[in-house]
Amino acid sequence: VETGISFVTDLTTLAASSQLAPARSQMAFTLGFHIILASLGVAFPAIMLIANYLGLRRNDADALELAQRWSKVTAVTFAVGAVTGTVLSFEFGLLWPEFTGRFGNVFGILFAIEGIFFFLEAIFIAIYIFGWKRLSGWPHFWTGVPVVIAGLGGAFSVVAVNAWMNQPQGFTLADGRVTDVEPLKVIFNPAVPYEVPHMILAAYLVTGFLVASVYAVGMLRGRRDRHHRLGLLIPFTVAAIATPIQFIVGDTATRAIAEDQPVKFAAMGCVQTTHRDVTEYLGGRCTSDGVKGGIGIPGLNSFLVGFSTDTEVTGLDSVAPSDRPPANTLLHLAFDAMVGICVLLIGLGAWLGLAWWRRRDIPRSRWFLRATAASGVAAIVALECGWIVTEVGRQPWVVYEIMRTEDAVTGASGVWVTFSAVLVLYTALAIATVLILRTMAHRWRAEEVGDPEVPYGPSEAAPPPPAAPTSGGPG
Amino acid sequence: MSTADAVAGVLWVCATLYAVFGGADFGAGFWTLFAGTGERAERARALVDWAIGPVWEANHVWLIFVLVVLWTAFSIAFSSIMSTLFIPLSLAAFGIVLRGSGFAFHKMARRLRNRQLAERAFGLSSVVTPFFMGTVVGAIASGRVPVGNAAGDAVTSWLNAPSLLTGALFVGTGAYLSAVFLVSDARRAGDLDLERYFSARALGAGLAAGAIALAGILVYRADARFIYDGLTSEGLPLVIVSAVCGLGVLALLWRGAHRGTRPLAVGAVAAMIWGWGVAQYPYLLPQTLTLEDGAAAGETLTAVLIVFAIAVVVVLPALGFLYTLAQRSVLEGDAKAARPPPPAAGS
Repeated sequence: VETGISFVTDLTTLAASSQLAPARSQMAFTLGFHIILASLGVAFPAIMLIANYLGLRRNDADALELAQRWSKVTAVTFAVGAVTGTVLSFEFGLLWPEFTGRFGNVFGILFAIEGIFFFLEAIFIAIYIFGWKRLSGWPHFWTGVPVVIAGLGGAFSVVAVNAWMNQPQGFTLADGRVTDVEPLKVIFNPAVPYEVPHMILAAYLVTGFLVASVYAVGMLRGRRDRHHRLGLLIPFTVAAIATPIQFIVGDTATRAIAEDQPVKFAAMGCVQTTHRDVTEYLGGRCTSDGVKGGIGIPGLNSFLVGFSTDTEVTGLDSVAPSDRPPANTLLHLAFDAMVGICVLLIGLGAWLGLAWWRRRDIPRSRWFLRATAASGVAAIVALECGWIVTEVGRQPWVVYEIMRTEDAVTGASGVWVTFSAVLVLYTALAIATVLILRTMAHRWRAEEVGDPEVPYGPSEAAPPPPAAPTSGGPG
Repeated sequence: MSTADAVAGVLWVCATLYAVFGGADFGAGFWTLFAGTGERAERARALVDWAIGPVWEANHVWLIFVLVVLWTAFSIAFSSIMSTLFIPLSLAAFGIVLRGSGFAFHKMARRLRNRQLAERAFGLSSVVTPFFMGTVVGAIASGRVPVGNAAGDAVTSWLNAPSLLTGALFVGTGAYLSAVFLVSDARRAGDLDLERYFSARALGAGLAAGAIALAGILVYRADARFIYDGLTSEGLPLVIVSAVCGLGVLALLWRGAHRGTRPLAVGAVAAMIWGWGVAQYPYLLPQTLTLEDGAAAGETLTAVLIVFAIAVVVVLPALGFLYTLAQRSVLEGDAKAARPPPPAAGS
């Protein structure tokens, strides 16, 4: 009944602006889609370069082959990420014109900076892929380094915008118009120190486990050659290093949020009233009486905030119901899932670490491979959960405590139509991307003559022979 | 010149680069769509793949810059444009998704049917996307975008004679630019037959684009007198430059000349875009919002100029390196330069 009532309340709020629900759905869906590709774009080039480095350093043909194949996979995911990213920049205006109309001149500069990084990334990915055939070993390796740096810079710029939406500063509002913008204060807003590293680590963690999971599946199917072992070990190691650091950064971020956005923090733990010695619940449903059906650990919530069970935690009742985030159960469970998966992935990393320390080999148990095979999807689930926590947790604000999401939405009608179209289009895009990647893998396995051609790469053959009436065509 | 004018200049530079590089890319898609079937068509498509393969992504980043500079420096104009022109801009965004993924996938699809599907998605969206972008520009230029959240008419703002003609002009210009570029690419690849093939198409597209441009000027005269007056007064030198460059390209192509076509074609397109800019100056949204009134606070504008300066210093050399590599490959031929993958370590 509780959920029913809150659902009806939600609907009433939504009815105020008929475009709000589809606009939020479309934004959430396209961002949730793009965040996976963006993570790959940030971290995959680094993992690819590690393989490239090892290959050159140790004269290792297997590692070089992995680097080359990964660069081609990067090309595909980067191409898809580029279009889904372009769609997002359209959506800033198409869906949220009041937001960009008022605050575009505040946060926009970060996207201009991101534009430079994205440009460099696009250019150097093309050069790197091109370079496999045209540049020699080390110079070629170095053309990949700007891709990694640009990925980090791009991630900083974009996440800094989100951080600014959570901790807006660096401007003055006079009669609804922005004056006195201080770009440096905007760029280095208080949420940047925890949001940016958290997202960058997430990108490395997701990519590492995702790539490792592909090779784990291969090994489970009996392909236990050196190629597969390296393909598992390189990305897995990166992810296994990132995961415990992520746990610490995430913990710091949670405490910062308890300070900066107490309502978001209260919603994460479903803390209804402000009090001390707050119980932390794992799982369960969030109701107006607190969590029902979860496992409670007395005092832990307070302890997490202030290292003492005596710490007072601000409750949801500190603000009016209209200023609290919607979908509280979702928020609470998303937070728990994110933390839970992170803990499991730390365990998985430790498992490999232990086996490596004792025998210089990956664990013999098939369960290790099975767990690794599942780790990629698990990491993506954690990524999406984290995104839900930060985004849904900020609601009902688009700019925290300054502009409500419902006041930012477009006055244009027809967002339900574009949202439906986006659902169809992106589903097709996802299927096509997976199929293409599988096709590439099949070709590599079958060692077909001629590698699959990638979106930026040089053709395998020269352009069509001059006016030769052969059945021709490249490949 | 005020800071707002300088930032508007930056916006126009980005728009020009997008029109030239992005436009030529769209045009390349146009030619693959209308190449038909047969051995020659396949060769033409292969040449297009080969020519735009390494640069197609970078060519479209200029659009991001246009959007970002607009929403940062002229936020009110951005939100007014995006909300009133929700329909054509949504369609353009879908076109971008289909186009990018179509191009990325078509080379890799194993089955012929899937490859053709991807190719068709790429070709079709290469026509649809610039068309809708053109209608957006037409709607802005003809003064149909008022200030405010979806304040203009959702349909008639872009479904009208000047907007549709501007859409057609965008498609035609891209096809024309692309064909001119492909003539040179075909020559470098040593394919005389394709050189003639694209020469003929460049001539045809050039005439078509010129005709649409002329018709457009007449339609603007009847419909949006403000722009027409601008084009025939302050903008007139640029209109003339555009026309002279365009005619020059036609003459060179006719004579089969090997040099000068590309810079002249780029000049024709660039002069047209700057002519439009000069014609609607000092308005951002003609006759409702001036650059000064629509501009962001001074600190933001300065920051945009700084970021642009950094972009010029950082991006241009990298872009030059990429284009050089891409062009060199056309010169040398991949087969000769190819090394067995993976390359010998430490070489």
